[in-house]
Amino acid sequence: MPIQGLEVLQSSASLRGQNTGLRVLAKVSKYIDTSTCIGCKACEVACQEWNDLPVVPTQQVGTYQTLPTLQADFWNLIRFNEQEFEGGLAWLMRKDQCMHCADPGCLAACPAPGAIVQYANGIVDVNAENCIGCGLCETGCPFDVPRFSAKTGKMSKCTLCVDRVDSGLEPACIKACPTGCLHFGTKEDMVELGHARVKQLQANGFANAMLYDPPGVGGTGVVTVLAHGDKPELYGLPKDPRVPLSVTFSKRILKPLGIFAIGATLVGLFTHYVRTGPKKPHDDNPPRTGG
Amino acid sequence: MTNGWVDIKNADVILAMGGNPAENHPCGFKWAIEAKKTRNAKLVVVDPRFTRTAAVADVYAQLRPGSDIAFLNGIIRYAIETKRFHEDYVKLFTNAPYIINEKFAFDDGLFSGWDDTSKSYDKSAWAYQPNPTTNSYDVDPTLQHPRCVFQLLKKHVDRYTPEMVERITGTPKETFLNVAKVVTSTGNAERVGTITYALGWTQHSVGVQMIRAAATLQLLLGNVGRPGGGVNALRGHSNIQGCTDMGGTFEILSGYLATPRSELPDLDTYLQKVTPTTLNSQAWASMNYWQNYPKLMVSLLKSIYGKAATKENDFGYSWLPKTDGNYSWMYLFDEMYRGSSNRAGGVEPGPEGLVTAGMNPASIGPNAPKMVAALSKLKWLVVVENYEIETATFWKAPAEYGGAPVAEIQTEVFQLPASGFAEKDGSFTNSARWVQWKWKAVDAPGQSKTDQEIIARIFLAVRDLYQKEGGALPEAVLNVAWNYTNPASPDLGEVLREINGKALEDLFEPPKDPKDLKEPKKLIKAAGQQLDSFGQLRADGSTSCGNWLYTGCYTEAGNNTQRRNNADPSGLGMFHQWTFSWPANRRVMYNRASADAAGKAWDPTRPGIQWNGEKWGGPDVPDIAPDSPPGKFGAFIMLPEGSGRLFAPVLADGPFAEHYESVEAAIQNPLHPKVTSNPASRRFSTKFDKYGTAAEYPIVCTTYRLTEMYHYWTKNTGRLNQLQPGFFIELPEQLAKENGIANGEQVRVISARGEVQGVAMVTKRLGPMVVDGKPLWHIGFPIHWGYTGEEGHLGPLANMLTPSAMDANTWTPEFKTFLVRLEKGRPLKST
Ligand code: SF4
Repeated sequence: MPIQGLEVLQSSASLRGQNTGLRVLAKVSKYIDTSTCIGCKACEVACQEWNDLPVVPTQQVGTYQTLPTLQADFWNLIRFNEQEFEGGLAWLMRKDQCMHCADPGCLAACPAPGAIVQYANGIVDVNAENCIGCGLCETGCPFDVPRFSAKTGKMSKCTLCVDRVDSGLEPACIKACPTGCLHFGTKEDMVELGHARVKQLQANGFANAMLYDPPGVGGTGVVTVLAHGDKPELYGLPKDPRVPLSVTFSKRILKPLGIFAIGATLVGLFTHYVRTGPKKPHDDNPPRTGG
Repeated sequence: MTNGWVDIKNADVILAMGGNPAENHPCGFKWAIEAKKTRNAKLVVVDPRFTRTAAVADVYAQLRPGSDIAFLNGIIRYAIETKRFHEDYVKLFTNAPYIINEKFAFDDGLFSGWDDTSKSYDKSAWAYQPNPTTNSYDVDPTLQHPRCVFQLLKKHVDRYTPEMVERITGTPKETFLNVAKVVTSTGNAERVGTITYALGWTQHSVGVQMIRAAATLQLLLGNVGRPGGGVNALRGHSNIQGCTDMGGTFEILSGYLATPRSELPDLDTYLQKVTPTTLNSQAWASMNYWQNYPKLMVSLLKSIYGKAATKENDFGYSWLPKTDGNYSWMYLFDEMYRGSSNRAGGVEPGPEGLVTAGMNPASIGPNAPKMVAALSKLKWLVVVENYEIETATFWKAPAEYGGAPVAEIQTEVFQLPASGFAEKDGSFTNSARWVQWKWKAVDAPGQSKTDQEIIARIFLAVRDLYQKEGGALPEAVLNVAWNYTNPASPDLGEVLREINGKALEDLFEPPKDPKDLKEPKKLIKAAGQQLDSFGQLRADGSTSCGNWLYTGCYTEAGNNTQRRNNADPSGLGMFHQWTFSWPANRRVMYNRASADAAGKAWDPTRPGIQWNGEKWGGPDVPDIAPDSPPGKFGAFIMLPEGSGRLFAPVLADGPFAEHYESVEAAIQNPLHPKVTSNPASRRFSTKFDKYGTAAEYPIVCTTYRLTEMYHYWTKNTGRLNQLQPGFFIELPEQLAKENGIANGEQVRVISARGEVQGVAMVTKRLGPMVVDGKPLWHIGFPIHWGYTGEEGHLGPLANMLTPSAMDANTWTPEFKTFLVRLEKGRPLKST
């Protein structure tokens, strides 16, 4: 369901959004400080509880991490990684979820009109009513976030608790976090907070600390403090994420034709096939130790 | 905690040792993160495992499980050697200057006073040296006398060189020295450091001494009594602090008053034995708060027996049960299993029945097979719980859990379904000693009842039987005051009112001149009114009080534990109008020590209390007589000498902390091979009480908890099972490799008591260690599983492996260090 009263900035397979420009909304952002996250997973449970997601079957396979990757019913996952550095061991923990990109690749890749929307406050949401379940958004996302739900036949991902945010509340994960490593507010404030923490980390010997807010996707609605900012891959983040060329192509050239949604779907499917071959389940996770 | 959760934000250095606060206290741990962010505080983690706390630490050191005293004594030595301790504080507030009598000695692992037959110490060998001329004790304010506490401590820790620390703990010398440097950076007026610990210290055969070592270090650094400082026990359950406050163990009544013993037949003998004599020494007198023992005890007796308690009948003292032996966990279960008890009057039959509420003996006791075997000796067992726990179903425990065939078990088991914490009102007392009211959130399901209703109905039924049938000592039951509006289910607000205490008669201020009969009497409290503070308690039976520490929690103003005003004028996180904190709503204990000799705060940016020329003022509630000028009383008012103890001549296993190996010792003690383990610790001798040797079981093992789980409960909760779906065993990478075990494969861990099998979690977070010159492995696993719970989430009891070994002072089991060996797992039965 689109959120009533929240203006849409852009919408998949449509010429433009419905933003009247009458109300200016500040862009919102989550702030994640991985250097003070303790991996307690309160955010995982809060996410599931608020969004009425069912218990997903899991198994102990030798890691603290709940699941190998995000799932259609699991939108918020703490990734654990043991890493040796010169100064000693680090146990990196990062909260993985939709990044709410300013230039969302999923939205660009989606051929169904209005299935993915970006609200005026920057939140990127799947509108299940319009989703045709083609899975093309997956190909557009450089963070490997959207998931196809076999149960509903729709795509599914973190909504940044847009229903809560629209009522002036913080997302459920932020509310649950016991350590205060998560914050929520305007993008501007969150970036400021992030820079201050990065500076402190740098002064404390983490010369490469940085605020992850990648320009390749126009910046994200989730800014992340990384103590080892030179190696975002260690946290499961791409170093320089961009929307795949095929998708940007489709966005610039084909999207104006978006009313011919079916055609776009076909082209999109073709592009997807050329790029990745037939659709595979998520079985390509490298084996991890411990964690 | 001497301090409190929020107060951690005032620290410059946080030493997390013997605990894993990020894992087990994530909500309180936020204040450590706050200190890191706002003060640039350093979080130092010393732990056998690279834990979730270590993941956000500034400094991490790995040490061998159970070797903490060597590490701490090493820091103490470093502090003295490099003069990185707070000398003014030490001279002012500790017993460093006290001279110890000539009998004191420490040789080859034993303190003087050791009696090898009784395997215990005669503590008189450790006493302060009396001075007959001053009727006091000898001190040397310059700390130079060779037998003053400071010099004895210096000598005692001199063996703990960085090289010796490395040899015992396995922590590389440089890593140790770095920790020592950061921690001792607080040994001055300008900086403050805190130490937090939990079961990683208490659950050892030298658990109390580990905490002693930490207290010694904190006193030396001048960190006790100051905001941002302290020795802080992080309590493991939401209300375990409340449980101990209310007499949760056999040797204490509520308010930490000693349980009467059979050799103390009347109130006078009891009070004489337990009330300490004030030891005035140094420059000042001691308040010796415990001299008020008679007021506290008589008020407690009045609250238990009400009108039936009179001066003539010793306020009912004779009706209180008296202990005549050791009723701690392991003794109790040993006697249950053996069917015979050692009591003061001789050997008696063991317990025949057991009521257990809010705990799960089959799972939580060490050496689970012995626990289960003991339960099967009972005639009856009552389990008050909200789930069908292992204890309630022990009779169908699989054989490997020590369960006998069902046909052989004669125990009649009653399970009384109880409501959970969210299904009833009441209060939780947190680690910071804050007594906080909480309100019922949901109705309890089915026929489950609140604990108070279950207890009340059992009590009323028993009382009924005594009324009808009489029996041995019926007064003990018939005289109990039970004046609740609903006797069958007392309202907990009423109970809290009773605990707070009230005036039974009009209370007047003591006359200034007892001979002046015309002096107008000043009324403090009218009969029936709630008391404001324990200062109003009387020993003549005119007050009643269920726990003197809680007086002030429910006054005439109402239930103060419901207060939720978060005003914090000092900005130090004291929140005096948020609920009630015992004692006396004080937020930092021993806060007299936050100010110098003249009563000025050591650090004006973090004052505790200060002397304004006339009286002590805030921000905190003074922990000293408010109008006593600086210099009149010692800061440690709960001790008869008024000084913080670097030397504690009261413990069962020595006045200074000494490194001993765990009962199952991985190595011979490098300091004194003849006395490897704590000599004052006890072992048991049934066929279940087996102890392994390093030759057979070469790997050190430890047990712990996970943040996703709560004890043995949450394996019934789908959402949480999803996060931690099953039992696992953490193994260092190299050890796994040597044994051909890959991550995710099944592995077996075997101790002298039993074995467990689970998924191998191969990790870098447990490293190889070199101890006493040889490589040593350590592994570990969490405790949360068992043979009941949600389908698909059952697992072995961690305590299948843990030994019947315990601390010499508290009899707490040694869950944290024992010996095992490792094997590849057996193939799983296909399901
Ligand atoms: S709740 Fe906060 S601290 Fe816990 S895992 Fe999530 S982000 Fe990390």
